[in-house]
Formats: sequence, C-alpha cells, structure tokens
Amino acid sequence: MIEIDDLTKVYDGTTVVDNVSLKVDEGEIAVIVGTSGSGKTTLLRMINRLIEPTAGRVRLNGLDTRDTPPYELRRRIGYAIQANGLFPHRTVAQNIGTVPQLLGWQRSKIDSRVDELLSLFQLEPGQFRNRMPAELSGGQQQRVGVARALAAAPKVLLMDEPYGALDPIIRAKAQDDLLTIQKQFKTTVVLVTHDMEEAIRLGDRIAVMDQGKLLQYATPEEIIAHPATPFVDELIGTGERPFRLLSLSTVGEIAHQGEAEGEPVAAAMSLRDAYAECLWSRRQTLPVADPSGTIIGMVTLRDLEQRAARPA
Amino acid sequence: MTVAAAPARIVSRSPVIDKLGVLIALIVAAAWVFLPFATFKANRIIQGQSRIVFDALPPWQSILLSAIIAISLPVIFYRTGTLWRLLMAAVALLALLILVGQTAAYLTPPGNALARVSPGAGFWVLLFGFLLLAADALTRLRLKPWPRIGILVLAAIAVGAIMLSGDWNGLSILKEYFVRSDAFWREALTHVVLAFGSLVAAVIVGVPLGVLSYRVPRLRAVVLNILNGVQTIPSIALFGLLIAPLAWVAANVPGAAAVGVSGIGFTPALVALFIYSLLPVVANTVVGLLGVPPAANDAARGMGMTDRQRLFQIEMPLAFSIILTGIRIVLVQNIGLATVAALIGGGGFGVFVFQGIGQTALDLVLLGAVPTVILAFAAAIVLDAVVEMVSVRGRTSR
Repeated sequence: MIEIDDLTKVYDGTTVVDNVSLKVDEGEIAVIVGTSGSGKTTLLRMINRLIEPTAGRVRLNGLDTRDTPPYELRRRIGYAIQANGLFPHRTVAQNIGTVPQLLGWQRSKIDSRVDELLSLFQLEPGQFRNRMPAELSGGQQQRVGVARALAAAPKVLLMDEPYGALDPIIRAKAQDDLLTIQKQFKTTVVLVTHDMEEAIRLGDRIAVMDQGKLLQYATPEEIIAHPATPFVDELIGTGERPFRLLSLSTVGEIAHQGEAEGEPVAAAMSLRDAYAECLWSRRQTLPVADPSGTIIGMVTLRDLEQRAARPA
Repeated sequence: MTVAAAPARIVSRSPVIDKLGVLIALIVAAAWVFLPFATFKANRIIQGQSRIVFDALPPWQSILLSAIIAISLPVIFYRTGTLWRLLMAAVALLALLILVGQTAAYLTPPGNALARVSPGAGFWVLLFGFLLLAADALTRLRLKPWPRIGILVLAAIAVGAIMLSGDWNGLSILKEYFVRSDAFWREALTHVVLAFGSLVAAVIVGVPLGVLSYRVPRLRAVVLNILNGVQTIPSIALFGLLIAPLAWVAANVPGAAAVGVSGIGFTPALVALFIYSLLPVVANTVVGLLGVPPAANDAARGMGMTDRQRLFQIEMPLAFSIILTGIRIVLVQNIGLATVAALIGGGGFGVFVFQGIGQTALDLVLLGAVPTVILAFAAAIVLDAVVEMVSVRGRTSR
C-alpha cells in the first residue's frame, strides 16, 4: 500500500507538485494521467525518492520512505521508464539481473530468476539471455525493461510512460501482458501516462493531474461519469465518453438468457467492441460464447445503449 | 542474353583506374626515375652527391628493384584485388629495405672509413608510396584488431631481422648509432619514460578530474577553459616557462631537489608533457560521460545503484572507449613532443635531433627522428586496435 500525504515539490519558487494526497491499495493499478508539465512524473519520482519532496511524505506499507536510504528503498521498488533505459553494454541477462545482483543474490538464483522472467515475457531464454539490447526490437527491449523492473519481485512497481515509444499494436499487447502479470504477482503499480485511453484500460483508479494539482482520483467509471472539473472532462473527450464507459466491461458480465442469430462473440469482448459489431453486422442481438465455444447467452443493442448512457 | 553479357565483358576487358592508386603510381614512378636513391658523402658533414637507382646499386640489384617497381605500377594504377595490392606492397617494401643496405657496400670505396652513404630522397619517397599502398590495402581488408596487431608484429620482426643480419651496418644512420649505441638506448629509455610516464600521470589525475568536472558543471567550464588555454602555449615556451617555478621549488622545498626536481632536465620535461596530456584526457572523460544515455543513468539510479556503483558499473564502462581515444591521442602526441624535451636537457630521442642540427649532420637527426616516428606509429596502431576491441564489446554480443 502506498500512502502519499500532502506531497509538494517546489523548484526555484515554482510549485511543480502542489499538496497531493492519494492512496494506492495493495495489488491495485493507479494511473496518473495529465498533460506534459502537469507534475505527474515528478509525483512518481518522489515515491522512490529520485526527487526529494519539499514537503509531505510517502509511506510504503505504513513505513515512511525517508527512514530508508534512497538506494535501499529503490531496490525494493520496481522502476520502468519510457526509453526502457537498458544498459547498452550489458547482456539481456545482466540487465534483468541488475537489482538481484545489487541485493547480493547467489549467481544460480539470479540465473534461474532471469530465465523465469524471460519465459514469462515470451522471450526464449536460450535465444535472448546473451543478446545485447541493441540486438532487440523496440517491443522486446520494452519487455526486457519491465522484466528487469520485476526481477527482485518488488511489491511496488513504478512505470513512467512505459509504452510511449511503442506502436499501437505492440502497445496493446504490452498492456495486456502487464495486466496478466500484475494479477499473477499482485504487484501494486503506479503508472504515469498522458494517454487517457491507456489510463482507462489499465487503471483500477485514475489520478488526473494538472499544473501540479490532483484534480480527481477515482475509478474510471467515476471519472467518466462525474468528471470533477471541465479539464478532466476535456481530457476524457466529450465525444468519447459513452465508448470509454463501454470499454470498461465485457459482454460476459452482462450476458443474459436468450437466443440470438449469427456469429457468436467471445465473453471477454469489451462492450465497446460488441457495440461496434452490432453496428457493423446490422444485428440487434449477439450470441455470447465462453472460451470453449459454448453459447452462454446473448446481449442486445438495447443493453449496450443503456450501458453507454451517463450513470445516475 | 546478349544484353546481360555486355556489362560483364566491359568490366573484364577495360580495367578500372584506382583513384588513390593513380597518385601512388605517380609518386612511385617519379621517385624511381628522378629522385636519388642514395646519397654519397666523403665525410659525415659535407654536402653529398645524389645517386639514382641505377647508379646506387650493382647492375643486377638495380635491375631487380626496377623490375619490382615496374611490375608494381600497373598493379597500383588499376583497380586490382586487395590481397594482390598488399602482396605487391610487401614485396616492394622488403626489396627496398634490403637493397638500401646494399648501396653502402657498392658506393663506399674500399677501405674508406670516413665516407658516408645515406638513403636518398628517392628511397624515402618510394618507402612512403609503398607504405601508403599497404595502408590502403589493409584499410580495405577491414581487418579485426588482433590481425592488425599481428601484421604490426610481423613487420617489426622483418625489420628486426634485416637489422640483425647486418645488411644496414654500412648505412650512415647505423654508423652514427654504432658510435653512440649506449647513449641511444639510454635516450630511448628516457623518451619512453617521458612519453608513458606523463601519460600515466595524466590518466591518474585527468580521469578523476574529468569525472569531477562532469558531475559539477560549473567546475567543468573552468577546468576545460584553463586546459584549453594551456594547450595553446607553444611547447618550447611551456618548457621554458616551467624553468623558473621548478627551480624555485627545487631551491625552497625540502627534499624536492633530492628526488630530482630542478629547473631544467627531466622533471620540467615530464611536467610539461603531463600538462599537455591533461586536456585530451579530461575532455574525453567529460565527453564520454556526457554521452552515456540519460535513460540508462536514470534507470540505474531508479533501480537503487549508489553513485559509486553507477560510476563504475554504468558510466565508466560506457565512456571507456572515448576515454581510451583520448589516451591514444595523448600517447602519440607525447611521443612526438618528448623530442622537444631535449632542448631543456630532458633527454630522449630529441638529443640526437638537436645534436644533428647543431653539427649539420643529417644522419644524426635521422637517428633521433626515425625511431620517434616508428614508436608513434606503432603506438597508434596498437591503441586503435584496443579502442576498437573495447567499443565493439558494447555494441554486439561478447
């Protein structure tokens, strides 16, 4: 659990982060979203003390971060950044093994952890272990960067625009991977992005920042339904609101009894994609199938439209 | 089918001219025909008489050398296989080096101990031309670092073997050497100690100073400006400028004179070379460290490396090849500059150069100059190879 209390950072008289308080529960993903210059990265970097706050404090599982030397604190917190920051003179295995090596793990333990993480990120260990970062594609480098951040199994992972440099298709894949791995390890994640789409897709809670201030910290549904300020509304995009809302649930969640015509859709499909399918195939109803292909019910265009309307 | 065959026929029938080869061929041909291959002097000081290839060697030897040069001309002029060019250069260089020794026996009248035979302008230009050919061929072969060092060793063995065979004993440079062989090796040692000693001192002081300048930007501007200023002082002036302060130190600091500090001699020479060496070492350290990707530095900090771990595990390894490039510049520069040290009694190969100038004995000048050039050349090749080995490791797998 991360508790941020009244955190403020002032640079030469300019307040970059202004009295921000928020709490991230264990195993949750909190996404800090804002435009450039909003102070979102500064806020993130104050959590692992890459930047020392001017005022306020951060507690990790109840302990004040100022009570631990910065380098020891950082070894316990995963850190992944946009340009992935891989060390160009070290192999993939050495890169991933950085924090375990700093913590003084046994060689054999580091090796097996490296292989485990490579497999987890769908990089064949025998093939990738001894490659240099320059020999990897952008997507592979990014995966190694996240694997490196997770190497010592940190309880908390900080990510600063980790997918900024990836093309849309690889980014979607990387986001899915993060969700899977985060669920598996129950890691608490704080992720910074300027992309509201990404925030809604990944965040259990979204913190919207502007000019150093925290405007709103709430679940995606709440942010979309009841934006706290016109700026939050603008960031979501008024034309996007119904679709963003639809993207939060899957058809499996709202499927009900009934017969429907045509090709079934997967239970894991988002309502947004189901809505698009209705429009595209001129259907009022869609059969819903579980992963084995068994029809478990249906959704109607009417259901979808109701879910797209502003919640009360 | 005929269309496809046509270009191939053109290529095979009319050889393509090699651009650099044209220049080398012209140089070689001119030196062979017009320039004196050897110079004969009745004694070591008077003006010599020039002898072209055909007058400098016994008939069959001059025919042999001329034949080799004549064969080499088309090989150089047209675009030929790189290995052929390298082989041609090696054969020609070997012939030149061996036959130049024969001029002494041929030109010196029997029983005349005073007469001197030196390699002439033609020999040096031919040597330059074929070395250029060899260097060009080696560059085109894109050899890996180890083979390059291997070729340097082979060349050293070949030259050493010719020297040990006594082939060159009649030449004036070696006559100068035999008169002062003890002094030669003493000054050679001094030269090497001056060049390497000042380099080692510059690395010991300059790398930490560079790291400090990198970490403290305000210090960086000051340090680099001062060192830039120092670099503009002419070397002879710097040697001179050091006489007063070092003499004062020797006179006033207890024990300084006892460890060899004095206004003239070895110490000021070493100090001057050290000061000259600082700029390339400090500047390259700063540039190398500034070139470390910011993301790598940020990641290193964010993952919990201490400043020291970051310096030694991330920043220094990534800056190393650039720092090494600075060291290479310093070493080659110092081997040359150390020659000037002789002016203030610092010793080194410069002793022979300045003695030779004083006595108008060109052979003595060469006794100082030739080893200096060879030393600098060898140091450059070895360090270039090392720089490449180090920087390759960062880019591809080990």
